[in-house]
Amino acid sequence: MQHNTLYLRRRIINTVMMGLSLAATLIGLVWLLLILGMLVVKGGSALNLALFTQMTPPPGSADGGLLNAIFGSLAMSLMAMLIGLPVGLLAGTWLAEYGRKQPLAELVRFVNDVLLSAPSIIIGLFIYEVLVMRMGHFSAWAGACALAVIVVPVVVRTTEDMLRLVPDTIREAAAALGAPRWKVITLISYRAARSGLVTGGLLAFARISGETAPLLFTALNNQFWSTDLNAPLANLPVTIFQFALSPYEGWQQLAWAGSLLITIVILALNILARVLSAGGKGK
Amino acid sequence: MADLIIAEPAATLSRAGRYQRQDRYFQWLTGGFALFVLLLLGGIVLSILDGAWPALRQFGFGFLVTETWNPVTEKFGALAPIFGTLVTSIIAMLVGVPLGFGIALFLTERCPPVLKRPLGIAVELLAGIPSIIYGIWGLFVLAPFLQHHVQPFLIDTLGELPWIGALFQGPPYGIGVLTAGLILGIMVLPFITAITRDVFDTVPPLLRESAYGLGCTTWEVVWNVVLPYTRAGVVGGIMLGLGRALGETMAVTFVIGNAHRISGSLLAPGTTISAAIANEFTEATGDLYTSSLIALGLLLFVITFGVLTAARLMLRHLERRRGA
Repeated sequence: MQHNTLYLRRRIINTVMMGLSLAATLIGLVWLLLILGMLVVKGGSALNLALFTQMTPPPGSADGGLLNAIFGSLAMSLMAMLIGLPVGLLAGTWLAEYGRKQPLAELVRFVNDVLLSAPSIIIGLFIYEVLVMRMGHFSAWAGACALAVIVVPVVVRTTEDMLRLVPDTIREAAAALGAPRWKVITLISYRAARSGLVTGGLLAFARISGETAPLLFTALNNQFWSTDLNAPLANLPVTIFQFALSPYEGWQQLAWAGSLLITIVILALNILARVLSAGGKGK
Repeated sequence: MADLIIAEPAATLSRAGRYQRQDRYFQWLTGGFALFVLLLLGGIVLSILDGAWPALRQFGFGFLVTETWNPVTEKFGALAPIFGTLVTSIIAMLVGVPLGFGIALFLTERCPPVLKRPLGIAVELLAGIPSIIYGIWGLFVLAPFLQHHVQPFLIDTLGELPWIGALFQGPPYGIGVLTAGLILGIMVLPFITAITRDVFDTVPPLLRESAYGLGCTTWEVVWNVVLPYTRAGVVGGIMLGLGRALGETMAVTFVIGNAHRISGSLLAPGTTISAAIANEFTEATGDLYTSSLIALGLLLFVITFGVLTAARLMLRHLERRRGA
């Protein structure tokens, strides 16, 4: 009899806990679906062609688009990738190919991890101190540099991880054929890890396309069309931030539309990265 | 003919020398960029210290324990933002950790195999959504909902209780510390879930199967085998999530209300370090004001650095064990 009550108690505890676990899953799913659903409903209703052909409207105006903000975001993200990608790639190469288990490599790895998860607003402050203060004004360059600081640790991390997956026997085979080390790395290691390296780049791009905090006081924002990299440049995240907090209906709608755009781009980039890395593994 | 035979080894030799030189340059080049990563962090620390110096010299230790934040009289203290940062992060953890743990448990132990991959991918994709999306949702959807439906209820029920009642008093603004904490909790949820699930998956199947073989229920396996085995990793994952919550800017700035005061009630508006910087930095006039905001940034950096370093050490410990 006693055994039965003990067994019953264990069964009950188990059922309750598993029920809670299922409930947590459902709550999490429903909550996140609510967010995405709202984004699609609110953003979708504001989605139209004018979004891509017209400039951000003046306060209170009902129509207008996000053309200048979309352009600015793309331009700054691309510049940030151009700056950050080579830096991250080469630093990651050193970690995987030369540094390996040296103490210095461990230190670089640790510092890179710190950079990877440092609050992005700190990076904005840093660029403000070293670039905006010196130049005396906000600029697209400063914004691109702030984003590049976010790109570097992401790329360092993925580059190292991907190069480490390349078996040493391949490197040794190339070296035995008389290829110098740098040729082994650039022609053999990079090629073997190619899909992984591209994935890292895509993930870095996805990461910076939604970053707002580092742009707030580096690139600032611009209500007009501008291609001057030495001046404040419009960009999607900061535009969303300002428009969402404004009292104007039209601006709030544009903020939702912009949010939906960013989310779609980021999800697409993430899925693309996933497909690429899965394809690479299959080969 | 003889010339050729002699010339060839010389050419080979000079090529070998060239290759050696190129190799050295390439190693220097990549090593240089690796050092650049170190310089980057050094530069961040130094520039922020430099920017924060005027405020730190002016206010000294008092900066940490003063609540006043008055741009007109140029008296600045960080107590309110520090308080707000801690309280919102604690709420976020109270929401995110049990939910994340439950979902990870479901995914690793109970999920039908058909659902496991799609659910896992969904969690990882959601972790990539930028925080501004959570912020705008919090402002337009969650805050009005809380204001009209949840907060009046909380004030009428919990607000009447003797001890914890103080936490739920005042008018229902919608925006405030509680709302910000909830948004943060939802935001770190995919993050905590993904790490906890990965850590749970490191438990050797043999260990798990042995426990089941002894007749353990699923919960007993998780509580007595999986959790003790993965303790360091789970705590590390939670602390990574905490680090994110502490430093998060956009999701909070939308809904915190930006009021530099400490209120006993969770329903009142407040501020956090990152929200104060984001809201006020471009409008700050005067060197002392700007410098005080940068000093806030320094504080945030020190706090998150501590939390993240502890997290990394714990996760590294786990990686080493897995590698062994």
